[in-house]
Amino acid sequence: MRPRSLVPILYILFLMLPIYWLVAMSFKTTNEILGGFSLFPQEWTLDNYRTIFTDPTWYWGYFNSIFYVSLNTVISLLAALPAAYAFSRYSFMGDKHLFFWLLTNRMAPVAVFALPFFQLYSAVGLFDTHLAVALAHCLFNIPLAVWILEGFMSGIPRELDESAFVDGYSFPRFFTTIFVPTIKAGIGVTAFFLFMFSWVELLLAKTLTAVHAKPIAAVMTRTASSAGYELGLLAAAGVLTIIPGAIVIYFVRNYIAKGFALGRV
Amino acid sequence: MKTQNQRAWFFVLPVLILVAFNALVPLMTVVNYSVQETFGDNLFFWHGLGWFEDVLRSERFHAALGRQILFTATILIIEVPLGVAIALTMPRKGFWVPVCLVLMSLPLLIPWNVVGAMWNIFTLPDIGLLGYFLNTVLGIDYNMTQSPVAAWVTVIVMDVWHWTSLVVLLAYAGLISIPEAYYQAAKIDAASNWAIFRYIQLPKMKRVLTIAILLRFMDSFNIYTEPFVLTGGGPGNSTTFLSIDLVKVALGQFDLGPAAAMSLIYFAFTLLVSWLFYTIMTKDEQ
Amino acid sequence: MARITLDGLRHSYMPEPQGEEDYALKRMDLEWKDGGAYALLGPSGCGKSTLLNIISGLLHPSEGRVLFNDRDVTEEPPDRRNIAQVFQFPVIYDTMTVYDNLAFPLRNRGVPAIQVDARVTEIAEMLEMGDRLRTRAAGLGPDDKQKISMGRGLVRDDVNVIMFDEPLTVIDPAQKWKLRSKLKELHQKIAVTMIYVTHDQTEALTFADQVVVMQEGQVVQIGTPVDLFECPRHTFVGHFIGSPGMNILPCAVEGQRVAFQGVTVPTAGVPDVPSGAAAEIGVRPEFVSLSTEGGIPAIVRKAADIGRHTVVEAMAGDVPVSAVLDGTAPEAGSEVRLRFDPTHTRVYADGWLATRETGA
Repeated sequence: MRPRSLVPILYILFLMLPIYWLVAMSFKTTNEILGGFSLFPQEWTLDNYRTIFTDPTWYWGYFNSIFYVSLNTVISLLAALPAAYAFSRYSFMGDKHLFFWLLTNRMAPVAVFALPFFQLYSAVGLFDTHLAVALAHCLFNIPLAVWILEGFMSGIPRELDESAFVDGYSFPRFFTTIFVPTIKAGIGVTAFFLFMFSWVELLLAKTLTAVHAKPIAAVMTRTASSAGYELGLLAAAGVLTIIPGAIVIYFVRNYIAKGFALGRV
Repeated sequence: MKTQNQRAWFFVLPVLILVAFNALVPLMTVVNYSVQETFGDNLFFWHGLGWFEDVLRSERFHAALGRQILFTATILIIEVPLGVAIALTMPRKGFWVPVCLVLMSLPLLIPWNVVGAMWNIFTLPDIGLLGYFLNTVLGIDYNMTQSPVAAWVTVIVMDVWHWTSLVVLLAYAGLISIPEAYYQAAKIDAASNWAIFRYIQLPKMKRVLTIAILLRFMDSFNIYTEPFVLTGGGPGNSTTFLSIDLVKVALGQFDLGPAAAMSLIYFAFTLLVSWLFYTIMTKDEQ
Repeated sequence: MARITLDGLRHSYMPEPQGEEDYALKRMDLEWKDGGAYALLGPSGCGKSTLLNIISGLLHPSEGRVLFNDRDVTEEPPDRRNIAQVFQFPVIYDTMTVYDNLAFPLRNRGVPAIQVDARVTEIAEMLEMGDRLRTRAAGLGPDDKQKISMGRGLVRDDVNVIMFDEPLTVIDPAQKWKLRSKLKELHQKIAVTMIYVTHDQTEALTFADQVVVMQEGQVVQIGTPVDLFECPRHTFVGHFIGSPGMNILPCAVEGQRVAFQGVTVPTAGVPDVPSGAAAEIGVRPEFVSLSTEGGIPAIVRKAADIGRHTVVEAMAGDVPVSAVLDGTAPEAGSEVRLRFDPTHTRVYADGWLATRETGA
């Protein structure tokens, strides 16, 4: 082993420590946690996980999160695909300003907008629905999707479009049967990043929901603030929130590095 | 050459509507608040630019802004070089590449409040792995809830833990796009490792690093959830960053006017810095 | 400057090669003269880049030695070998000026600034880039970038060999010719050993004094462009070089009599075909002519006018034979008789030349 591989090894070790601790905590009984320090769980328990899987507030939190995250991914992709195509293929009035304006929305301090968001979605009657969160997350996810997809699309030679049109394809048919399959790797990478940023966001998700669409992360906040001694339960819920991300990342592992590199800016 | 086509606006329309709905309406609401005074009961009065003056003069805002700048500068100084260093030492091909990528991406995929909670559990003085290790094994007096220094260090280490991987991913993407011939030419030219880094790797990474720094700047400047869960802004106000302060003002005290003015100033500041940085970094590409 | 010797060289990309087919480079012994201009010619995947990378030291051979002037350099890294390499795609240091690019290899070796300056100025003049020393290299066209990567090799006066790995791939056709003559001119001026890898026969034949033809990891022939044209040692060389390539025709050999389509064909030298080997006649279209009597009967399938000549494709039985003719060509469908120039008609066995030269 060369000494330079020490750097990534140490870094990964550093990344894994808090995760390990979270996992270890989740298998400990409350008594053991409060009883003092122990590196490994002394008596393994699945109680914490059992609680989560049997209490509807908990497991509905999961379904809610997965539901609005998926919804957001679909909406963002559907909207961003034609827009990214326009940015990569056409020049039109105000295109550069529009592109920069889209990117600035990633800079908007979400914490600031929480209250206006609440008022807005209450006004249109979407408060406490999955759609509300899915739409609100478009604020930062659509610019990201347009940005990454535009990069992938610019890598596809224009001749592909031209030859398809010469062959008599209509635009919608070309777009859905030729173009989209061609950039499916790019769409995969984009979907991953959309999923990721929607999954990890909590502030808007919490603000826009009360009961019916409450995300798992918000259920956890309640536990965290109300009962310090339910650390095991909190840890178990935390572990479970890592799993969907880990599954998604496993599937796109070979594309991740490419995703951002191909983007414009 | 791109085709001139105004119909392209139709393609952009869905994006425009969705983003505008989410961006402009709340923004207008915020602007609206920022120029009015309310005494409750949904009664609003025109207040002009009064709130802006108040905020710009308030010591509280200066302090929060100062802490925010210090925090963002610190994490950028740590995360960017560290991320680049890790990307440089990562394997370029083989079995370990996906392993590294998956493990390193994990922190990016954890909900932000879970990150805060996880670090809370990790650093509890008596029963957290880190807290126990520092206090009992090394004998360092470490308690985040009492010592501002400990709180600061913890928040920074947590951010480094959470976000360095983003820099790594971007830098790594830049690195693997460098054709092998560049390294071969450098070998033949007897370039030192430093020269290879300075004249081949760094120039090729410039674009992705610009993106990395911009993203890290924007996101760290807006940081809210993780430190809020971890320290609640304390002890005292020591880790009350801009967003935390803002939410305290807006929701805690329900001072919508000052909060709105504050957030606009803050948004404008972020925009200005990002734009300046972006313009400087891309200047010689034109 | 150096004479290059490849001694028992063999290379496989696999850690434990089993059979002959696992070797990307079959065993070879070669010697290249100091100051020669060599071309490595062959189709993609024939091992020519592998060979190049072994000489430059970017690759360590599985077996054998590389010697520069009898000095064994097999274990030396590229920067110690004093070589220069120009790659398929221009490799330049984007952030540097043309001057700094050219000075880079010297500065890395700790050459004093005054010497660097003198050398860079001299080479820049030679490359006709003296007026652009202060411009950023990133903004130049691909042909100028290739000149700079060549210049980075030339600045070092101790350079043993300059290697070119398909350097004209990304150059416009119009610039290709200019850059190639520039190369030739430079070679005449400084007489450094040059090795030029390409799959383009025109590039190889116009650049090199000696062309090394490779196929499937094996050197099939080394010779001057004229040798390769007039006396291919392998049917691959005959077929690969020339346009159209050599006619390779199945034949019957009985003792010293060679027959194609039942007609006896006189050949150069005495055929020496081992029993059981597949025998073929090789004759270039340039040495096929029409005759009124004797020869091989054939029917013209098509005739294409290529300017000064006409390429005629005729069927002798079921075997197509090409001929390059002066003057008017027979019409398609007409019956002709083909005659092969005996001094340029050779017999090949399993692909390899199989004649014993007589007399001469």
